[in-house]
Amino acid sequence: MVRQVDFAELRRRLERCGPRDVERALDADTPDEAGLIALLSAAAVPYLETMAQRSAALTERRFGKVIQLYAPLYLSNECVNKCTYCGFSHELDIPRVTLTPAQVLAESEILYQEGFRHVLLVSGEDRRHVNLPYLIEVVGVLRERFASVAIEIQPLPRGDYVQLVEAGVDGLVMYQEAYDPERYLQYHLAGPKRNYPQRFEYLEGGGEAGFRSLGIGSLLGLADWRGEAVMVALHGRYLARRFWRSRVALSFPRIRGNAHQYSPDFQVGDRDLVQMLCALRLALPDAELVLSTREPARLRDRLIGLGVTRMSAGSRTNPGGYSSPTAGGEQFDIEDTRPPAEVAAVIERRGFEPVWKDFDREFTPEPALH
Amino acid sequence: MDQLTINAEPFRSRLFVGTGKFSSPSVMAEAIEASGTEMVTVALRRVDVNNPRDSTLSALDFSKYRLLPNTSGARDAAEAVRLAKMARVATRTNWVKLEVTPDPNYLLPDPVETLKAAEELVAQGFVVLPYINADPILAKRLEEAGCATVMPLAAPIGSNRGLRTRDQIGIIIEQAGIPVVVDAGLGMPSHAAEAIEIGANAVLVNTAIAIAEDPVMMASAFKLAVEAAEKARQAGPGGESRLARASSPLTGFLHEEGAP
Repeated sequence: MVRQVDFAELRRRLERCGPRDVERALDADTPDEAGLIALLSAAAVPYLETMAQRSAALTERRFGKVIQLYAPLYLSNECVNKCTYCGFSHELDIPRVTLTPAQVLAESEILYQEGFRHVLLVSGEDRRHVNLPYLIEVVGVLRERFASVAIEIQPLPRGDYVQLVEAGVDGLVMYQEAYDPERYLQYHLAGPKRNYPQRFEYLEGGGEAGFRSLGIGSLLGLADWRGEAVMVALHGRYLARRFWRSRVALSFPRIRGNAHQYSPDFQVGDRDLVQMLCALRLALPDAELVLSTREPARLRDRLIGLGVTRMSAGSRTNPGGYSSPTAGGEQFDIEDTRPPAEVAAVIERRGFEPVWKDFDREFTPEPALH
Repeated sequence: MDQLTINAEPFRSRLFVGTGKFSSPSVMAEAIEASGTEMVTVALRRVDVNNPRDSTLSALDFSKYRLLPNTSGARDAAEAVRLAKMARVATRTNWVKLEVTPDPNYLLPDPVETLKAAEELVAQGFVVLPYINADPILAKRLEEAGCATVMPLAAPIGSNRGLRTRDQIGIIIEQAGIPVVVDAGLGMPSHAAEAIEIGANAVLVNTAIAIAEDPVMMASAFKLAVEAAEKARQAGPGGESRLARASSPLTGFLHEEGAP
């Protein structure tokens, strides 16, 4: 479904929307596809406050006055792909590192002491360094102390995902990056990632393998954000129907410039971001909406209560970054550099409880010894 | 209305409450105190049962309330049983609110896995309070399996939509030999009162209290509503009459002068 979308037609549909389409979408319990497009169109801008009120109320009813916290843990910045926007891109001259399981443990200990019980393992794509035996060893190290371990790594075949689920990984994150297929090819110049449809298929393998959480997203700035947001919502709805036992999580990171002279082609303003967040909430009332430290502190604080349910804090985007902050080799620059305790205090001040643990090791059985 | 007794343990309050979705542990504790409850359910996935300083557990005085651990988040019987066993060791209670909800969106309970888990937990000596859809046959099967109560939903969790399953719950109440606790979806005190009025033995409320602008006041409102409904039942309601008493009966002509 999502793969066959005609982007030119989608853009025309977005442009054709008027106030009546938006009002019709706001009258519905849950907007249908036409309603979703209306809510993401420019015609919805005058209705932003109504959308925000609705989004806030829906989120509160479904998730409560809580924000779940997690931290990314970068395993490796080795990568065989050439992607114009990424700090790990193959051709860049950066210090390349893959953490040993002992180093992963040292990194995780810092996160544990900060209060985190949910970690997201991140890496570039290079199977010589990050592969199934390595991942299983790393997860084995982490599952002792962390309630939830998720992965955002290179695509793996379904059989590998099955083994990772059995090892105790409960979440899979794989952004499509750009849903617009033409744009996708402009940014992913070489390497296995250049294959646009394959990414969808791998994600579905993960759904079949039984990850409890399936995370998707579009890197905002690579293409027209309105069309991308429609696609994220449609993709999310499709996954929720097909993998009905899994929770869908949506991310909408605005891509930033990095140390390698990359700057995004499409601008996405704060108001655009808010419109998208609210429209995604109205379209998928039960989806987790994830906010990373790419966004500045001032904006992050204001998005609490608007629809976001999950936030990272104190993130380092290079392998080993928690133990040695000056190691270098970051994937991207973060904006909100406050320590996790400070972010938690802000969440409390905004009338929400910061939740560090919302899963339990007992859900996933002790892996059988092979 | 008889005293509410579950597994031979008496409860004065017919209002049970949950601990999720509150803006802070202190607001939660204050609201729970105001509700007058004696039974508080806690999601095991949210707490660190081995940590005495866990923010949820340490906020509550469990000499006042029975702790009812719940298996929320479990997707099948095996997961729920594992969680319950972990809870028994860590919290030293063998009571468990059994929730098996494979669908993360509406959080509707899986009847097949719930029955399977209930049978296993009862066999292992647990006092089992299962969360179920309002299915009268499933309720009887769970009663036969040895559950302490059944907890049918009024509407999906967190929906605040009220007693949408009223007719089915009526049948469950009519047939039940164990207490019936209406759980999930009660959004206003009147919904809770309605459940007690139609014969439920207790209600469980969480979201409606937790996300109210003033959770403490809302907890107290639910307390009053449940007490009012209980009192009304004790008072012996007059009942509705389905017989119309029209002022000009259609058959009036029969009594007219000169009628045949």
